Amino acid sequence: MLTLLIDGLAYGMLLFVLASGLSVTLGVMNFINLAHGAFAMAGGYFGVVLVNVLGVPFLLALPLAAIGTGLLGLVLERTLYVHVYARSHLDQVLFSIGLVFIAMAVVDYTQGSQQQFLRLPDFLRARIDLGGATIGAYRLLIIAVCGVLAGVLQFVLVRTGFGARLRAAVDDPVVARGLGINVGAIFAVTFAVGSGLAGLGGALGAEILGLDPSFPLKFMVYFLIVVTAGGTAGMIGPLLAAIMLGIADVGGKYYFPTFGGFVIYTLMIVLLVRRPNGLFAR
Amino acid sequence: MKVVALAAPSRWRLVEGLFWLAAALGWQFAPDYSLLINEIAIFGLFALSLDLILGYAGIVSLGHAAFLGLGAYTAGLVGKIGLVEPALGLIAGGAIAGLVGFATSFLVLRGSDLTRLMVTLSVSLVLGEIANRWVGLTGGSDGLQGMVLGPLLGRFEFDMFGRVGAAYSLIVLFALFLLARKLVHAPFGLSLQAIAGNRLRSAAIGLPVGRRLVGVYTIAACYAGVAGALLAQTTQFVSLDVLAFHRSAEVMLILVIGGTGYLYGGLIGAVLFKLLQDALSGLTPQYWQFWLGIIFVALVVVGRDRVFGLPLALMRRLR
Amino acid sequence: MYRRVLFAALLSALPFATQAQTPFKIGVLAPMTGPFQSTGRSIENGVKLYIKQHGDVVAGRKIEILLRDDAGVPDNTKRLATELVLRDHVDAFLGFGLTPLALATSPVATQAKIPMLVTVAATSMITTTSPFIVRPAQVVTQTATTAANWALKNGIKKVAIVVSDYGPGYDAQKWFGDRFTAGGGTVVEALRVPLANPDFAPFLQKVKDAAPDAMFTFVPAGVGGIFAKQFVERGMDKTGMKFIATGDVMDDDNLNDMGDAVLGIVTAGTYSAAHPSALNKAFLAGYKEISGGRRASFVAAYNYDAMELLYRALTKTKGAGDGAALVEAMKGETFESPRGMITIDPETRDVITPVFMRRVEKMDGQLYNVEFETFAAVKDPAKIKP
Repeated sequence: MLTLLIDGLAYGMLLFVLASGLSVTLGVMNFINLAHGAFAMAGGYFGVVLVNVLGVPFLLALPLAAIGTGLLGLVLERTLYVHVYARSHLDQVLFSIGLVFIAMAVVDYTQGSQQQFLRLPDFLRARIDLGGATIGAYRLLIIAVCGVLAGVLQFVLVRTGFGARLRAAVDDPVVARGLGINVGAIFAVTFAVGSGLAGLGGALGAEILGLDPSFPLKFMVYFLIVVTAGGTAGMIGPLLAAIMLGIADVGGKYYFPTFGGFVIYTLMIVLLVRRPNGLFAR
Repeated sequence: MKVVALAAPSRWRLVEGLFWLAAALGWQFAPDYSLLINEIAIFGLFALSLDLILGYAGIVSLGHAAFLGLGAYTAGLVGKIGLVEPALGLIAGGAIAGLVGFATSFLVLRGSDLTRLMVTLSVSLVLGEIANRWVGLTGGSDGLQGMVLGPLLGRFEFDMFGRVGAAYSLIVLFALFLLARKLVHAPFGLSLQAIAGNRLRSAAIGLPVGRRLVGVYTIAACYAGVAGALLAQTTQFVSLDVLAFHRSAEVMLILVIGGTGYLYGGLIGAVLFKLLQDALSGLTPQYWQFWLGIIFVALVVVGRDRVFGLPLALMRRLR
Repeated sequence: MYRRVLFAALLSALPFATQAQTPFKIGVLAPMTGPFQSTGRSIENGVKLYIKQHGDVVAGRKIEILLRDDAGVPDNTKRLATELVLRDHVDAFLGFGLTPLALATSPVATQAKIPMLVTVAATSMITTTSPFIVRPAQVVTQTATTAANWALKNGIKKVAIVVSDYGPGYDAQKWFGDRFTAGGGTVVEALRVPLANPDFAPFLQKVKDAAPDAMFTFVPAGVGGIFAKQFVERGMDKTGMKFIATGDVMDDDNLNDMGDAVLGIVTAGTYSAAHPSALNKAFLAGYKEISGGRRASFVAAYNYDAMELLYRALTKTKGAGDGAALVEAMKGETFESPRGMITIDPETRDVITPVFMRRVEKMDGQLYNVEFETFAAVKDPAKIKP
């Protein structure tokens, strides 16, 4: 029972890391970035190349994968995304799906189409006994990383000057510019951070979710669920939504294995019909 | 905001005639491409149905495959129980999809774009899961077996190379297009556009916002159901794939490529998307998605005008 | 006069000339994009390798490959297949990555009267849907029942079955389960995992809590590795529970990347890269070369076999491309494949293949499925009439 709860928690936390970048771009910047999963995939492949090919220790590879993906995001933001912010949501959908197609083909061409496996160090393969329930060390690592991240993000977005400037830039770019806020730079940094988070999630999640060129589309639905259910104000909403989703999914599949798939989607419909702006609307 | 004379758009234009003439000529003179024409007609109809709710009523849906799938399975099952006349399956497919569309329309009345996106998506995923589990009815993941189809109207036997199928789909598409055209230029359609433009004010001037949205959602579901029935009948096969997420995403892409809110968007998008896909995947079966992706990105970043110069000029005329 | 003689000579030579010059076209339908694209790659490489090693001319006919991507969508497969017949006049179909893809296309093969070689889709019923379907690959029932027989013989009394939620998964579950219970065993838990499932934790935990002697699994190859790793991570191997699967799960394509977690896993499969034969060595070496250093998967091996079968049939018919004659020529054909000797059952047009019990072991620092027991000439048990 406790094992199940912690499994669900870790899984939810992982979904949170993967989706948090999306809730920044979608929620804060109001940009429908369906290519978010492609950034997560990029992070995963950075991780695979770093660990399996170059022999970088896993714990060091995680931040490197995040930074690499963040830089990739920065470059794409400056060259492509910047032209699309002002477009309609539908154009953004077309644009970002186009990016997903390109990303999948590029990964396939350079890395092959087979499933990738990250080599984990032995201490992360261990199991830890917590009063009757045994938990994989890797899942504890996920929980720790995500907990810290959520705290930092919430703090930056809500409490710091950067967060305030970002929100100002989104609400009214013209006035924000007039106040001397460098809107372009703020968007670029935010986008880079969002992609970096996705990259971290991809590298961290490869062990559990798997990694192959179809990754961005396979898990897009899950990212969207987290962001929608969580609402778009701050990080607490998506975090709680991700954790609830994780626990409900794991619990649903354990106790009602024949109805596993229904549980999540039905919950989603009921939730959104009752609270159209997410669980934790602003 | 451009000012449009209310009567003007409902008049037929030369270029519209040319569009349908081209479709007929394509069927007549490119028999090798009948199957592709059939597919374009079906997905054009499917995209047209999405345009009714997205372009005219502003409801974003990422689960439109729910109705395509319902129509397809209904038509397949009608054929399976011995009602072999294709027209029956077509009507049943549209009716069942419309019924479910009506029932679920109440879920999409409220909420932001994102909320509606997820609700529609969830509905389609739940239906997909039901079809997957209810093996006795749907054949589960092997697909529906034993669908029998007689000749159309008792006279035209479906041939392997899709001649009859393509004609059938084109005619159904044309008929439903005419109906949709009437509808959007009628007060019903105009009030929908008002609702999409500003919901609060529309309510304030006395438009029955909820009823209108339920109405258009039901009609669009019917259309998608008919498209599904056509797909099932002309390929004589139904599998879980008709309910899959990628169908909903694809139809959205088709519509966005063609442009929303003028009925021809879905049709033009279907022509462009399917022709591009067919040509590219013939050239490079492994990496056609790469080139398609480049085109999508270019469409948005460079602008549609420069990418599809000619088709766009046509599109403008159609507007 | 001279001119007339030349003309007559040309005219009389014409039938032979066309016979020799018309290429034999094979329409290869494979999922080259989408979730099953690695299957598509193996299909393509297996076919290419065979042609590279055996030349592209058989009985005077030049072999031409027309590869089409169906992205794993049945109505695509059917349309592309029909267009291949209509526009390109192909003489045979080959490929079909999933059961619905093959089922959607079988009427096309029947109507066009051309052989349809199914090289991946493994549901038993496929070959019954058209007299033109020949399957030189494997049937999931062959490996699943063999695995059940082996489990019964090795003192396993209680199993939990975990399969992916799609056609071959159900087949594996049914055939393993039926044979196992018929032999006196008990199935304590039967779970189906969605194909796009993000986390296996709840399923594995459920199996763990049911505490069977073994867990039998059928999931697509890529997922198999993740599954096995989480099995070990959960400490389920330590409790003495065995992990049994069909060969697909421990696919040679990426077995080596799965890591030491999969050591000792027992599978019932029809092809292993570790199979000791000269033909297999040549096959693997050639595959490595054309695929940029990868190890051949079972899918690649089956497509290699399919090409061998087609070449043999064409030789028998002396290059005549008539579909019914080709299928007739394939029936009963016995030949050596990289996996061992296989035969096309003349009655069912399905393969009769050796099935091996294999265990993942380390050889020269690499992971392999090492064969330790052979069941020779296994027929599809679903088609054996009692």
